[in-house]
Amino acid sequence: MAIRTEIIVCGGTGCMSSNSQDIKNEFEKQLKALKLDKEVNVIMSGCFGLCEKGPVVVVYPDTIFYAHMTVGDVEEICREHILKGRVVERKAYKEATEDDVMKIKKFREINFYAKQKRMALRNCGMINPFDIKEAIGHDGYKALGKVLTEMTPQEVIDVISKSGLRGRGGAGFPTGLKWSLAAKNDVKQKYMICNADEGDPGAFMDRAVLEGDPHSVIEAMAIAGYAIGASQGYVYVRAEYPLAVERLNFAIKQAYEYGLLGKHIFGTKFSFDLEARLGAGAFVCGEETALMASIEGERGMPRNKPPFPANCGLWQKPTIINNVETLANVPQIILNGAEWFASIGTEKSKGTKVFALGGKINNTGLLEIPMGTTLREVIYEIGGGIPKGKQFKAVQTGGPSGGCLTAKHLDTPIDYDNLTALGSMMGSGGMIVMDEDNCMVDVARFFLEFTVDESCGKCTPCREGTRRMLEILEKITKGKGEMEDLEELRDLANTIKDSALCGLGQTAPNPVLSTLNNFYDEYVAHVKDKVCPAGVCKALIKYYITDACKGCGLCKRNCPAQAISGELKQQHHIDTTKCIKCGACKASCKFGAIITK
Amino acid sequence: MGAKFVMTDDQLKELKEKIAEHKQKPGPLMPTLHDAQRIFGCIPLEVQKIISKELGESVAKINGVVTFYSHFSIEPKGEHVIGVCLGTACYVRGSQLIIDEFSNALKIKPGETSEDGKFTLEATRCIGACGLAPVFTFDGKVYGSATPNLAKKVLQEYLAK
Repeated sequence: MAIRTEIIVCGGTGCMSSNSQDIKNEFEKQLKALKLDKEVNVIMSGCFGLCEKGPVVVVYPDTIFYAHMTVGDVEEICREHILKGRVVERKAYKEATEDDVMKIKKFREINFYAKQKRMALRNCGMINPFDIKEAIGHDGYKALGKVLTEMTPQEVIDVISKSGLRGRGGAGFPTGLKWSLAAKNDVKQKYMICNADEGDPGAFMDRAVLEGDPHSVIEAMAIAGYAIGASQGYVYVRAEYPLAVERLNFAIKQAYEYGLLGKHIFGTKFSFDLEARLGAGAFVCGEETALMASIEGERGMPRNKPPFPANCGLWQKPTIINNVETLANVPQIILNGAEWFASIGTEKSKGTKVFALGGKINNTGLLEIPMGTTLREVIYEIGGGIPKGKQFKAVQTGGPSGGCLTAKHLDTPIDYDNLTALGSMMGSGGMIVMDEDNCMVDVARFFLEFTVDESCGKCTPCREGTRRMLEILEKITKGKGEMEDLEELRDLANTIKDSALCGLGQTAPNPVLSTLNNFYDEYVAHVKDKVCPAGVCKALIKYYITDACKGCGLCKRNCPAQAISGELKQQHHIDTTKCIKCGACKASCKFGAIITK
Repeated sequence: MGAKFVMTDDQLKELKEKIAEHKQKPGPLMPTLHDAQRIFGCIPLEVQKIISKELGESVAKINGVVTFYSHFSIEPKGEHVIGVCLGTACYVRGSQLIIDEFSNALKIKPGETSEDGKFTLEATRCIGACGLAPVFTFDGKVYGSATPNLAKKVLQEYLAK
């Protein structure tokens, strides 16, 4: 019997964490009970992107998007929607129309998706990553076939150069130029590496591609191998991504079985082997020379450049390292042409960029937009704005290497050069939104703590300098800072920027510099007035109960220090001398009556 | 303090088989260490010495590599491992309060194992479940949209078992 309906259950890490595997199993069970299992297919795909609404299920061909699914909802959807063709309104995703009526929105019409252009993520949430046939059905390995049978390596490099593709891992180096540097070296052994050591906290683009569409990366690795003359490739992937590792390894195995990896691919002379290597929780291994040291079995420490990896890389052989997202674009460029790719984006930044949107934003998730989209469009139209009616304060891009941008930057078109000019950077694509309740000094301290922890210790500016900066920031957040500290912080930041060995150290001061530039008043408030305006820094705040208190007694029961007193149905009070500022009361209050100031 | 390390013959056999497999390829140390960490739950000096002998690398070098990467640990972890995500998305949504809650309740700092060897508390890097922020994991199970109260509840459930 032909398949009439497909049910796609999201199998990204977010939805899997909220039991989407059980939901898939329940669909299969219920469909069997209704004797529909021969005409309805249940597939588990990669990440849909709209993680906030997870677990997510989409029913095709009607493309109804069911949000916040539970196992208990499955029976009703099977009985009503699948069997009788009646959409289950209760669970279907709705959005307000212009006249404020909530209306069911189909998958691609949802505001979150409407402004997106999915190229690197085109198959994520569409196909079953465990089935190479589905990838092939979506043009998988077609570009590799074209390259091996119709193009010379130089022609491949020319197409990529002409497309204007730049590295998506952060620095934005032109991919075609990088490939041509390695191709020029006339040696027998070269290596191709995919950097999937996505260490930026709050970024999960590469993971989504590997989980949802691993074959696009495998295909691109083989294409790149052909272009530069490498017969061995490695994908260096974080061990913290077990799902991505599992799906990648499975996909590599399948590609070998289909003759798309290994000897004489497509019956040509070209042979290419690919292997996944696991990282082990060192952020610095995202730096290319450190990454190679790690594969070689050394401590993951960077070294001086030059020599550049394209001339002297893994085991002293010419090596090209590209990021996952960069590679995911390659097959599309080969198939659709350089002009097609170059027609998307801005003058110097072509194509699209994937961002992981998180923090204080309504639609947390994964999105892909054409370069040149403004921050405002991303945060308010795709992201749906700030929750609980709070005020937007800052958006952080580029992780620990990036900076915080403010409301005045919201209309900036996103591309490599604009973000760098504003003191942040594109980075790999983490985008964290902050509201009025986030303290920018504390955020700077948070990133510095991360850098100090992840500094490999090889060069002094990074090892010692970032630690001194952290000490100053801790002093300020504890209310012991002086105005001279702010100047010293800036001096240190500029010195480290100029003198650190690798990208980690050179960019580590960015979160501090950008907050000093954009939120100087907040630093001054901590130093001069000894207050934390956002109410975050523990040493500078006190907890109070306002007259919004209903006297329910919940905070009193939750207080571990017995610092709260009050009769039932009457306003409670906090004894600030006993209070340990743990925040348990504020978290438990249902009336928002507990404030910090 | 904390849990005690024991090595069974089966575990040793598995490690040696894995090493023999990895030796066929260039750069065998990292894959070997991953297997050792998986098999034993940690890579103490005894295990490092075995790896040293099998791979022909000095113990000093192996120790250097083991201690460099946060994924490898020298000491055994507790029976239950609690991880609180301190990635940026979780941090700006208040995960510090959650780690404080576990820390106070178990009387251990992040990175430590309780006296009785029952619990290890870890401040983890971003686990990529940013859509559910803030999150913590209890023996690998992810708890999303977490609050200090949820942390307390989950811990009490395990203690009651």
